[in-house]
Amino acid sequence: MSLDAKSAPAEVAKKPDLVNLTIDGTSVSVPKGTLIIRAAEMIGTAIPRFCDHPLLDPVGACRQCMVDIPDAGNGRGFPKPQASCTMPVAEGMVVKTQMTSAVADKAQRGMLEFLLINHPLDCPICDKGGECPLQNQSLSNGDGESRFGALKRTFPKPVSISAQILLDRERCVLCARCTRFSEQISGDPFIELVERGALQQVGTYETDPYDSYFSGNVIQICPVGALTSAAYRFQARPFDLVSITTSCEHCASGCELRSDHRHHQIKRRLAGNDPEVNEEWSCDKGRFGFMYGRGNDRITRPLVRRDGVLQPASWPEAIDVAVHGLREAGSRVGVLTGGRLTVENAYAYSRFARGVLGTNNIDHRSRPQSDEEADFIAAHVAGRSLADSVRYADLDAAEHVVLVAFEPEDESPIVFLRLRKAVRNGTLRVTTIAPFASRGSEKLSAELVAVAPGGEAAALSGLELGAGTIILVGERAATQPGLLSAVSAASARSGARLAWIPRRAGEVGAIHAGCMPNLLPGGRPLADAAARVDVASAWGASTLSGQAGLSADEQLRAAASGELLALVVAGVDPADMGHADEALLGLESAGFVVSIEQRESAVTERADVVFPAALMEEQSGHFLNWEQRQRDVAIVVKDTRSPMTDMRILAALADAMGSDLGFRTPAAARADLAELGTWDGHRAASPTVADPGHVVGTADGLVLASWRQLLDASSGNDHELALRATARPAVARVSPATANALGATDVVCVTDGRRRLMLPLLPTRDMVDGVVWVPMNPGIGQGERLASVPGTVVTVDVVPVDEGVAS
Amino acid sequence: MTDLLTPVMSSDWDSDASWKLSRYEEVGGYRAMRKALDMQAGDVMSLVKESGLRGRGGAGFPTGLKWSLVPQDNPNPKYLVVNADESEPGTCKDMPLLMASPHTLVEGIIISSYAIGANTAFIYIRGEVLHIVRRLQQAVEEARAAGYLGANVLGTGFDLNIIVHAGAGAYICGEETALLDSLEGRRGQPRLRPPFPAVAGLYASPTVINNVESIASVPSILDNGIAWFQSMGTEKSKGMTLYSLSGHVKRAGQFEAPLGVTLRQLLELAGGVRNGHQLKFFTPGGSSTPILTGDHLDVPLDYEGMAAAGTMLGTKALQVFDETTSVVRTTLRWVEFYKHESCGKCTPCREGTWWLVQLLMRFEAGTAEPGDVDKLLDICENIGGRSFCALADGAVAAVVSAVKYFREEFEQGYTTPAWELFPYGKSALFATEGDPR
Amino acid sequence: MSGHFESHFPDSGHVDYSDQSSSIDATTIAELKELAGRYPQSRSALLPMLHLVQSVDGRVSPRGIEVCADILGISTAQVSGVATFYTMYKRRPAGTHHVGVCTTALCAVMGGDILLERAKAKLGIDEGQTTPCGRVSLERLECNAACDYAPVVMVNWEFFDNMSPETTDELLDALMNDDEVASPRGATLTSWRAAERVLAGFPDGRADEGPSAGHASLLGLSIARENNWGAPDPDNLPAPAETQEAK
Repeated sequence: MSLDAKSAPAEVAKKPDLVNLTIDGTSVSVPKGTLIIRAAEMIGTAIPRFCDHPLLDPVGACRQCMVDIPDAGNGRGFPKPQASCTMPVAEGMVVKTQMTSAVADKAQRGMLEFLLINHPLDCPICDKGGECPLQNQSLSNGDGESRFGALKRTFPKPVSISAQILLDRERCVLCARCTRFSEQISGDPFIELVERGALQQVGTYETDPYDSYFSGNVIQICPVGALTSAAYRFQARPFDLVSITTSCEHCASGCELRSDHRHHQIKRRLAGNDPEVNEEWSCDKGRFGFMYGRGNDRITRPLVRRDGVLQPASWPEAIDVAVHGLREAGSRVGVLTGGRLTVENAYAYSRFARGVLGTNNIDHRSRPQSDEEADFIAAHVAGRSLADSVRYADLDAAEHVVLVAFEPEDESPIVFLRLRKAVRNGTLRVTTIAPFASRGSEKLSAELVAVAPGGEAAALSGLELGAGTIILVGERAATQPGLLSAVSAASARSGARLAWIPRRAGEVGAIHAGCMPNLLPGGRPLADAAARVDVASAWGASTLSGQAGLSADEQLRAAASGELLALVVAGVDPADMGHADEALLGLESAGFVVSIEQRESAVTERADVVFPAALMEEQSGHFLNWEQRQRDVAIVVKDTRSPMTDMRILAALADAMGSDLGFRTPAAARADLAELGTWDGHRAASPTVADPGHVVGTADGLVLASWRQLLDASSGNDHELALRATARPAVARVSPATANALGATDVVCVTDGRRRLMLPLLPTRDMVDGVVWVPMNPGIGQGERLASVPGTVVTVDVVPVDEGVAS
Repeated sequence: MTDLLTPVMSSDWDSDASWKLSRYEEVGGYRAMRKALDMQAGDVMSLVKESGLRGRGGAGFPTGLKWSLVPQDNPNPKYLVVNADESEPGTCKDMPLLMASPHTLVEGIIISSYAIGANTAFIYIRGEVLHIVRRLQQAVEEARAAGYLGANVLGTGFDLNIIVHAGAGAYICGEETALLDSLEGRRGQPRLRPPFPAVAGLYASPTVINNVESIASVPSILDNGIAWFQSMGTEKSKGMTLYSLSGHVKRAGQFEAPLGVTLRQLLELAGGVRNGHQLKFFTPGGSSTPILTGDHLDVPLDYEGMAAAGTMLGTKALQVFDETTSVVRTTLRWVEFYKHESCGKCTPCREGTWWLVQLLMRFEAGTAEPGDVDKLLDICENIGGRSFCALADGAVAAVVSAVKYFREEFEQGYTTPAWELFPYGKSALFATEGDPR
Repeated sequence: MSGHFESHFPDSGHVDYSDQSSSIDATTIAELKELAGRYPQSRSALLPMLHLVQSVDGRVSPRGIEVCADILGISTAQVSGVATFYTMYKRRPAGTHHVGVCTTALCAVMGGDILLERAKAKLGIDEGQTTPCGRVSLERLECNAACDYAPVVMVNWEFFDNMSPETTDELLDALMNDDEVASPRGATLTSWRAAERVLAGFPDGRADEGPSAGHASLLGLSIARENNWGAPDPDNLPAPAETQEAK
């Protein structure tokens, strides 16, 4: 078969099938299947609407968008006006909107009158007032006065449908956007239309509140003020707010957000509209989790340890102390950057470590990690661009997605929404290699390959994969030796595409910036001399050390042993490390610790000098999301409490050390990194670590399975009580057979030798035997966070009921 | 020329135990089924199509044509759903049929399912008719025991299961797509069309939904032939049908007659309007069909005749009201019905009926204001044809037709309560003391 | 009449959570599962399942909702949305006998309004309520498809035709006294709960009680018999019906 014959049909398929019609006398051509309401938008005509939402299935419920269709394309018209949100265009169709049709205009005015007869008209005290589609369209498309002089429907108000969301039924216009979102998009049908007729309302069941990671979206798409959040209710008026488009700092999904501020304070965040990434959605963590910098633990001045106590210091003094300590250490220093920095800040650390301190001891990974992972990243993540990476659009088009050590709903929620969309479209099949089918997996109708942690590699080799398959592997893969090697091999063998999706927003950018012990900026392998020459010449240095750097774990261990004399630490929580106790010991024992932080932490407590760093909302820059897509961060709050960014602090330290960071603004850093470009040389080989097989649970203990749930004790959720209250309750899961073996019980104590976690027991259908799953960071009130990584054996003890209750 | 009354489906209702399989077979029951099962399914469909049978549930869509819209190459199972949710005010024909002769329906279902290739059929019957549910349940069991249902019906290789499904109180479930949602265990709210049920109905599979009487007409057509069926009725409205006469008549009841009979003829058989009273208005086919008056006594009660008179044949439920009746009161009660039964999905129906009821209450109480009649009509205009389904159109039909024929009576509502103009006790069928308010 | 327009709904949107009592046991759960198994897709059984819940708990109980949701694998909110949509599902315990008086236009005009007022006065309760003894509950009905028998009263969804104030009184007295009462077009009354069980899909063996049809249903047939009228003989069809058309 010739190339032409092969490519021709594809070419044709790419061209949309255009349909020509006339709207208000204007000819317009739109793709086949376009709804009239959207075709009208193409010529700039906004037909009023409430229930219509481009990302939800058409419903035709509110009847606001009536248009006159004198010719349906077949020479015959409709005798009555039609809802333009449910009717697709047809060739030769003639549509008259309210702009040219008195019938359509009257139908629309009549509908607005109906919608207002039972509306409380409490706009002056309504959160939505000023940005309300009902208010706006009443002014643009309605009559000034109502003829209704009778009794309005009234309900007690508001009612809480979750800890975060309140419902005012009197304001509701029953468009069902919220209930359709919860069912169609996120798969959480815990709000439903209840009752009927004039009494119809949105409702929940008493003991099952609206439990969804995506609940805030229903507030945003509500066309009236019926749904409000506990967080923002009565906080501001829309017309007093200034909106800034920015990106979410929490996870690697990379959502565009709209951040609204007043009086130098963010009042709320909304999902931005980025069709290629988050469409119009965000998760609740991204929406509500912006209060973490508002507590008394915010650091606003440099601190210096004097007589064993951290005390406020001037900037010059703190810089002096830091420079002194770092000079003492020489190149026996380690740099831990954490996974939450912008690319610009990460690049500043990278250059500071290698160019100023002269060390390759830099690692952004503040989580369980391995050398195998570093090799995997070098081979599959570093030096890539959006163009040669798996993208959201590829998830839409994939036939089969395999999830390995990855729970998208918890660990990258927008990836979850995309997968769910494709599953709902009927085009995608999902397989998950996991100890049990999580709620997210169930909502993806995922086929479960139930394995204990450590069994993933073997399970993966048993799967049928093809070129239409995409393997999504999570950062937890690093906890299982051989798994990332197996993933690489499976991809190479089958032609399946591969994407690594870390949790934190800054990880992919940190890799690009060179915050890895084995990688220079731009994905350059440190071991490659040409790569080092590239970077050295760009930085104006004579040479760069080729000595292999230490990973984060190794740095902390080396600090404890005295091999390293100093650490420079950005946003890192030692409890997140794979070896939390060792990490704490390392910080404790390190000769000298410089902490650059926003808030007091386990690191600042152990630091010798602390520099206050700006919050994300106070600076600009960008992230790279899991697709390697640039996600711009904008300054939202200009009147900052700590005006120095990580980069400015590092530049000041470099200056004081008689060196030069090379840039001191995000724009300059970005230009510097762009000029350096991406490595186009030989790419590092995939790791080939053998699968050691997995540990088996015994009578003495069960294999631990665990991951971070989206809403947990993360400090990113601090000070947002309603958000925390919507977290899923922490439970310990075991298979029914394992539960029987434990003996019937309601509560168990999971112990990993050092820490105890007391949780209600939830026997879980189809779960692999001999495994216990607990949330990784359940938070206070549940006991301590375990220090073990998944795949190790922990002790599970039955807790007598009275003790369990008492705890 | 056929007789004035032509009992076919109702021909054995007066026998003892007419509902039993044994009796049904004594009078020729299940003969048509055997005949059909000997034919090709496509031929059965063609026969029904050619007979001219039109839906008896209100809309009058040709039954055979509806069947032929089922894509036979669709890989999903096909379903037949019988709409036995008879709830339209005034309509009371399917219930007596099912009580007296449930096997007529069961036989019709077997033939119809065979024609469309369905192996599962549902009878969605309103829940508020206990004894009729019992009779249907028993008829299905009897037919199963006789080998007319189940796997390999009468050795033909055709499998059929019938599920009798009781609703739970919602007029809207008589709307076919709402019925499907209800049958799927959801709130009975109408679905968007397209897709049409014939393509994606129950469980998104091809589904035919027919009224009880439509399906019950099928065995006789198979048994007696197209010519026989077409010998009854008018040019475009073929066959016999059940007319229900109720209200202020001397004798209310069911009349099975050829389509095209007139109310004058039926009234005569019923002994006329009750003694000493005259006809004021009537509905031709339930409350959703615009009312008519004594001027329309001679209009043929068929699809075309009613359309020409500005109304619809509907369910052929002739509710007759005499001169003691307040049209304002009646209209209010009908609109209250629609408000009560509105599913709530769309704005004009949900909010419009809420408003109409309150406005009509003022007319009834004599506290409406000058101009309110026009306001009433304008609200109706904003509802009619704008709602998601036809339920609200029914409410509008009641109001608009009442104002059309009795505007002055509404205008009296500016000053005088309806119960003063038309003392309600006088409308009751029994002697009353005082004012029932 | 009709002055019963309500506009404030202080307690809507859900079943009565304050009453957590339930008699649903393993047998009921097995029967609920059996219902779910009768359909090609189990959720189709929800309406019958809620009828069965009512037959056991006398109303849609919170536990009933939870059990149905669990069996069907849907959310409690989804079940609640269904349970609150249909009028036959009761939020509070109905009486042993559940009485409905039709007051849609035709029955109302023919006397239904009077009958409803009479029943309220006699029972000393309002519509939607149950007598303190628990014997009878009362509701206003919309059209029950028996207009040729207007005015109509329903008891446990059995027909009581052509009612008058006197016959309504007698009926209510009998119900309050627990006398045996038979529907003129149905079976001997059992109870509302027993009726709900039949509606759920568990027959009670009473299908053969009562007549084939009531008098009104037979009116046309009897007139036809009197006049020797009937459908044409298929073997001897009359001439085409032009004359009929000409009328």
